[in-house]
Amino acid sequence: MSDAIEIRRVVKRYGTFTALHGVSLAIRDNEFFTLLGPSGCGKTTLLRMIAGFEDVTQGEILLFGQNIAGLEPDRRPVNTVFQNYALFPHMSVLDNVAFGLKMKGVAADARRARAGRMLEMVHLSAFADRLPSQLSGGQQQRVALARALAPEPRVLLLDEPLSALDLKLRQAMRVELKQLQEDTGITFIFVTHDQEEALTMSDRIAVMSAGHVQQIGTAREIYEAPVNRFVADFIGETNLLEVEVASVAGGQARVVLPGGQALTCPSASDTLGRHALSIRPERLSLVEAGGDLKATVERVVYLGTDLQLLTRLEGGAEMQVRVQNSARARVPQPGDRLGLRIEEGAARLLAD
Amino acid sequence: MAGIADQTPATGDDSYRRIVAPLLLPTWAVIGIFLVLPVGLMAVYSFLTKEFRGGVDWQFSLAAYDQFFLNRGLFGDEPPVLEWTYITIFWRSIWQAVVATLLCLAIGFPTAWFIATRPAHSRGVWLFLITIPYWVNLLIRTVSLKFLIRDNGPLNEALLGIGLIDGPLPLVNTNLAVQLGLFYSYLPFMVLPIYAAVERYNFALSEAAADLYASRWVTLREIVLPIVKPGIVAGCLLVFIPSLGAFLAPDLLGGAKNFMIGSLIDEQFKGSLGNWPFGAAVSMILMTLVMIALLLYARSAAKGGAA
Ligand SMILES: Nc1ncnc2c1ncn2[C@@H]1O[C@H](COP(=O)(O)OP(=O)(O)OP(=O)(O)O)[C@@H](O)[C@H]1O
Ligand SMILES: [Mg+2]
Repeated sequence: MSDAIEIRRVVKRYGTFTALHGVSLAIRDNEFFTLLGPSGCGKTTLLRMIAGFEDVTQGEILLFGQNIAGLEPDRRPVNTVFQNYALFPHMSVLDNVAFGLKMKGVAADARRARAGRMLEMVHLSAFADRLPSQLSGGQQQRVALARALAPEPRVLLLDEPLSALDLKLRQAMRVELKQLQEDTGITFIFVTHDQEEALTMSDRIAVMSAGHVQQIGTAREIYEAPVNRFVADFIGETNLLEVEVASVAGGQARVVLPGGQALTCPSASDTLGRHALSIRPERLSLVEAGGDLKATVERVVYLGTDLQLLTRLEGGAEMQVRVQNSARARVPQPGDRLGLRIEEGAARLLAD
Repeated sequence: MAGIADQTPATGDDSYRRIVAPLLLPTWAVIGIFLVLPVGLMAVYSFLTKEFRGGVDWQFSLAAYDQFFLNRGLFGDEPPVLEWTYITIFWRSIWQAVVATLLCLAIGFPTAWFIATRPAHSRGVWLFLITIPYWVNLLIRTVSLKFLIRDNGPLNEALLGIGLIDGPLPLVNTNLAVQLGLFYSYLPFMVLPIYAAVERYNFALSEAAADLYASRWVTLREIVLPIVKPGIVAGCLLVFIPSLGAFLAPDLLGGAKNFMIGSLIDEQFKGSLGNWPFGAAVSMILMTLVMIALLLYARSAAKGGAA
């Protein structure tokens, strides 16, 4: 598979403020690629540089192997679904969708037919003659999507297109978007700060923070093997413990937890001293006796399918535990003293 | 447009009207006293008989309209033919006003665009600068313009000084001077409404157009202009209508050759040479023309909006 977009050490400065510090990414053709990160980390900035709305301060962006520096936005074979849709208010829905085709010089009949098909695809055929202001937010979002897809771009940029929708519609749209991407084979670059959205739709995800790419990988890689504290904390829930690596032998480290309890876990490096240890709450299970750690239950939250327990390890540190709710098992009560068993390989030492 | 009308809540509620009606009285009073009454008076005067030392005799007559449209010879005893004098003045005035409007548009649109795209904190300063000349009375400004462009005025002196011209450019008493005067008088009326429209324009739409392969020029034509059109139309009306009736600029800068409607009307109400019914008739004809133009525009706009 060839690369659709290659971003090489791209830096973006606004005056003295640096929004992107040397970002490098390679996005494959036909990939559903997601930029995920908290608000203000530079996702929109990166997307706008690919579309051509922002200058690149340093570095280069290649589109199918061609450097696109200096190419005006209207000459780039990429289309954008804007964060706030930016539909043309004076044009009907159909004309909005047909606009890109018109600009490409497609004949009136052909572009109307194609725009009509695009509207069918997003289930808005009945609304073709309306103005954008006469649509709901979710409908406008789908018009924006149809408009960006109509000219058959090779790369589609989507800037938090689902953020304005209610939960139900958002979940339905996730499935539709993913399906659409698979059907059309268009490379999607999808921006979101919603990790669930990222995890459910993406082929690969780049986790960003403060203008840096922290980690690139599949949903599974990022969730199971976060490279650092930021990624571990940002993706899903986790227990982050400050631990002391006492010894490393044969890829296994002996770590000491704040309260003095100790355990063994895999370690890639052999540096001793203070480290962060990440354990996902659902990778812990409760045992009556024994287990890897001893803890006391402090609070129990009933979540329906799951139980969420806040426990305190002997000697101080808090530990979240998530267990499946089953009718047979006894629900633990605050004050219960229990053992926690850590799943094989679930305790991970982080680089920083 | 139709959508907005549809959304008006059905307040066929009489109690609501009973409360609001008295509150609207001041509005009706202002409209009555300052709009309906003067125009009605003008309409009535135009059908009265001229009194010799100015003023009117309360006697019905069509003489004023007759004088405008028909020529019955020097002593009024020849068969009537169409009178061209006043129609020519009208035609010249309309032409001048159109040119002044286009000139204002050509300069006003880029100016308004420039101001509206400055950072928010400096826009106020630019608008302020635009309005500064308007703190001075229109008469004084027009006279100063005359001083500026007369044969031995600073403009000609400067051009002679740098050797661009051999003799002074004769500017005063030309059409050009009138247009310059109208342009100078009414430019802000073009800039301000267009500024207001451009300032509200969402520039993300231009990005969206560029993203869909529209060049800058096409984006201007297909996206920007249709959206800011109400501002442009308002600006054109605000310049065209007063230009049509202007009398200071034509009088002071145009001289006798470039007589316009405004001056014609102005003269009818001055001293004993005036003719009030005729002045009133000319005003009514002018007003009718403007209203027909506006109605035609409104109809074409309504059609365009519905399409
Ligand atoms: N035109 C600009 N001038 C100065 N700073 C800017 C400009 N545009 C963006 N920034 C800054 O660059 C950083 C990245 O902004 P960006 O819009 O890319 O964030 P984002 O990741 O898209 O956030 P969000 O999730 O809130 O949309 C922010 O700190 C922002 O303040
Ligand atoms: Mg953003």
